[in-house]
Amino acid sequence: MGILEVKNVGKRFGGLQALSDVNLSVAENTVHAIIGPNGAGKSTLLNCLVGKLIPDSGSVMFDGQSVLGRAPYEINQMGISRVFQTPEIFGDLTVLENMMIPCFARRDGAFELNALPSVGSQKDVVEQAMHMLEEMRMADKRHMHAASMSRGDKRRLEIGMCLSQQPRLLLLDEPTAGMARADTNNTIDLLKQIKEERDITIAIIEHDMHVVFSLAERITVLAQGTPLVEDTPENIKGHPKVREAYLGESA
Amino acid sequence: MLGLDKKDTSLLIIVAILTLLAPFILNPFPTGSAMAQFNAGYPDLMQRFVIFGIFAIGFNILFGLTGYLSFGHAAFLGVGSYSAVWMFKLLSYNVIPAIALSVVVAALFALLIGYVSLRRSGIYFSILTLAFAQMSFALAYSVLSNPKFNLTNGETGLQVYADDPQIFHRDGLPDMPHLFGLSMRSTYKLDLGAWSFDFNAGYYLCAVIMMVMFYLAIRIFRSPFGMMLRAVKSNQQRMNYTGLNPRPYTLAAFVISGMYAGLAGGLMAAMDPLAGAERMQWTASGEVVLMTILGGAGTLIGPVLGAGFIKYFENIFSKINDTILHQWFSFLPDGIEDFMVFIVHPFIGKGWHLTLGILFMLVVIFLPGGLVEGGQRLGNWLRNRGKRTSEAKTKHEPAE
Amino acid sequence: MDAILLQILNGLDKGSAYALIALGLTLIFGTLGVVNFAHGALFMIGAFCAVMLQRILNLSFQTIDETQKDFLGNPLKVDTPYVHSWFGPETGAAIIDWSVPLAVIFAIPIMLFIGYAMERGLIKHFYKRPHADQILVTFGLAIVLQEIIKYFFGANPIQTPEPSALKGSLDIGLMLGFDPNAIIYPIWRLVYFAFAAVIIGGVFAFLQFTTFGMVVRAGMADRETVGLLGINIDKRFTIMFGIAAGVAGLAGVMYGPLNPPNYHMGMDFLVLSFVVVVVGGMGSLPGAVAAGFLLGVLESFASTTWATTTIPGINQIIIYLVAIIILLTRPRGLLGRKGVMED
Repeated sequence: MGILEVKNVGKRFGGLQALSDVNLSVAENTVHAIIGPNGAGKSTLLNCLVGKLIPDSGSVMFDGQSVLGRAPYEINQMGISRVFQTPEIFGDLTVLENMMIPCFARRDGAFELNALPSVGSQKDVVEQAMHMLEEMRMADKRHMHAASMSRGDKRRLEIGMCLSQQPRLLLLDEPTAGMARADTNNTIDLLKQIKEERDITIAIIEHDMHVVFSLAERITVLAQGTPLVEDTPENIKGHPKVREAYLGESA
Repeated sequence: MLGLDKKDTSLLIIVAILTLLAPFILNPFPTGSAMAQFNAGYPDLMQRFVIFGIFAIGFNILFGLTGYLSFGHAAFLGVGSYSAVWMFKLLSYNVIPAIALSVVVAALFALLIGYVSLRRSGIYFSILTLAFAQMSFALAYSVLSNPKFNLTNGETGLQVYADDPQIFHRDGLPDMPHLFGLSMRSTYKLDLGAWSFDFNAGYYLCAVIMMVMFYLAIRIFRSPFGMMLRAVKSNQQRMNYTGLNPRPYTLAAFVISGMYAGLAGGLMAAMDPLAGAERMQWTASGEVVLMTILGGAGTLIGPVLGAGFIKYFENIFSKINDTILHQWFSFLPDGIEDFMVFIVHPFIGKGWHLTLGILFMLVVIFLPGGLVEGGQRLGNWLRNRGKRTSEAKTKHEPAE
Repeated sequence: MDAILLQILNGLDKGSAYALIALGLTLIFGTLGVVNFAHGALFMIGAFCAVMLQRILNLSFQTIDETQKDFLGNPLKVDTPYVHSWFGPETGAAIIDWSVPLAVIFAIPIMLFIGYAMERGLIKHFYKRPHADQILVTFGLAIVLQEIIKYFFGANPIQTPEPSALKGSLDIGLMLGFDPNAIIYPIWRLVYFAFAAVIIGGVFAFLQFTTFGMVVRAGMADRETVGLLGINIDKRFTIMFGIAAGVAGLAGVMYGPLNPPNYHMGMDFLVLSFVVVVVGGMGSLPGAVAAGFLLGVLESFASTTWATTTIPGINQIIIYLVAIIILLTRPRGLLGRKGVMED
């Protein structure tokens, strides 16, 4: 039984059947990649996993509990952290403040009216945040205005923010989209490091095959809203159906 | 000191000193001199400064910090005033219970309206608050002023009449709002040579309350709660996906700002025990929006500056008329003098709103950070030229 | 039955005004993505175009008539409007009498110009800025425009009567088979409704049947793609803004006889117009129009004596109540597209 069990998920938008019969099992402590051509339904599937969309049919179980119908913040508190395609961070805040927020969320839960003490007095949170910044090798940037960082740095910060919540499952949505080669490699190294140092399951949606084949232990290929093949990277590489899905009949 | 860091403490102290010494600072011109009309040191006006300062500080928590633009906060101001007057009618003229009730009723009202309005965000939220504001105004003006159930006395406004119960009123206590016997109207006049300064009890009560509310605002800004509010403004989606529920945070910010508004309303009634429905119109809400933005939304000192600035110039501009303009331009040759008076005429006197509107537009377009940003830019410019920063800069800097 | 019909009719004139203003607001929001708090001011300017024309037409020169004397025994000073002397007293009087409909022609270029100037001068700098900034700057502009009008025309409402031929009422009830005098309806209100219908029809026809309109509709649905197709959507949006301003202005011109123009009529209508837009569905043109009429009729029903004695003042709050309920239960409004603005 995987930590994430998706069974018979279907989703329709008006006349378009975006997802149908999606079955997916992500084993704990593995890196599982979801790939597929554009329009395959990858983003739709991801949105069903994090509470942004509710599938028309099927079930999504995380660690034995259903995820469906829960608000995104509840799902996050269950142990799923999401990294967005375009790095989503708190642009108006400093890097340190960015890191403190998930630490507060972990310590205090979804809401806590902590209106009188100053932030500086919350030593435990500050320490945790600094610790994570050091791990991400961003401690020197801690007073920087987050919006003014490079995209690569923002991505690092975002990943760090997700990790500071010690999630069981880290979901990445095309994390290297729009990145130059150097940044992509840095991200790959970072994710490898994270996987080695922690007990964590990583599910990653990706287009960049270099990233996929560097990281994934298992790959699910999605095409036209339904899984085509699920297998190890070696078997996927030369798979005729996969080539057909990506390149069309002429392959 | 008091849980604040050095910068904030100095800001607090500076504001405290300025408020306490306001009767001196605002009356620089000798009585009877030509410039005396520009004195702002009389009780009514000084009270308005600090009362609107309170209103704006609270509004800033919702708008500047959390990023939610509400056009309905005048409703809480009105509710605060009505509650205070009811307290005067039922218990006595002592301002403490009246102000306490204002805050409580405004909080409940804000909880109700906030709960409904915050189910949407962005422009939907603003329009919802607009709708609530107009509804409250109509409720106060007509629905709740019918003979069967007269809560607000409609057009005439709610006042205290001789036949009101006033259970705790005793002989010997003033027949007007007072603080345990000290009438809000009592003013001690200090004459020093050609100058005259008014020390008004009502003003000092409002000023002390404002200092407390300002202090609380600083605490909120610097707290984890304040950081969460800024996170809401910065990226609500990321907040959701970080396990935080923005709704209670925004609701708390809404209620807190509503309480500030209610307090301001209660103080208004404490200075002048009359509550009218026009206080609740959405255009009255527009005024606090103007103040906050003009001063600098999201900063600590901005709203206070904005409130003071608008109330002061509102007072000044309405007093300037053509005769004064002619005096000012008398050094110019006659034709040009008349021309200048003609040009400036629409912007003074009753043209204050025109001037305010234009000024507001200029600020939104060119200087969105308001006076605070203006002060910072000025300071940087001066500093870069190697000169010492102006005094204004020290006042503005701690706000960030 | 006749009472119900009467109330429906009663709601049509205000409903028409709401529909026209809301139509313009939706056009601007749907095409430019801008929230325009100055739209009510455009309505007001239109109304004052009628006032202006009336004043211009009444410009007179003074002559002294020796043959008559005024009440003090001096020779009578006679003011003769220029139009009287140019076109003769009867035609001149007729022209002045019809100043409101004539103002429509007078107002069109003015409103188009003002709309164009607003868009090019101010609004276009705010496309990328957040909605809050748009609201604030247009709010400031609305105040400025209002104050300018107040400066030139004073603070009191100014009568702009309808042409005498169109004064009075029509006994519609009789035409529909009811008792005489059961449903009496002022002619000008019918004229206004017909006028509004024509404009609304014209706008929809324009959007539906012209290439320009098709591009605009495409732009409303997906601005980015239209831009990528190499179509200069900006210029067309400027023209749309001008049209929207024109619609609001025309709504104001003809509204004069129903409610004497005064400087804050813009703000008065603005709030309700936004509420109408939101109820109809932001971004939905048919929704804006439908909601405008519906809410106008609703307000009319809430103004009946029966309603106001049950809950006094209900007519002033009914629209807000309904809007709040709709915003909460169906956030996209009556006819809004699914997913627009649903957080």
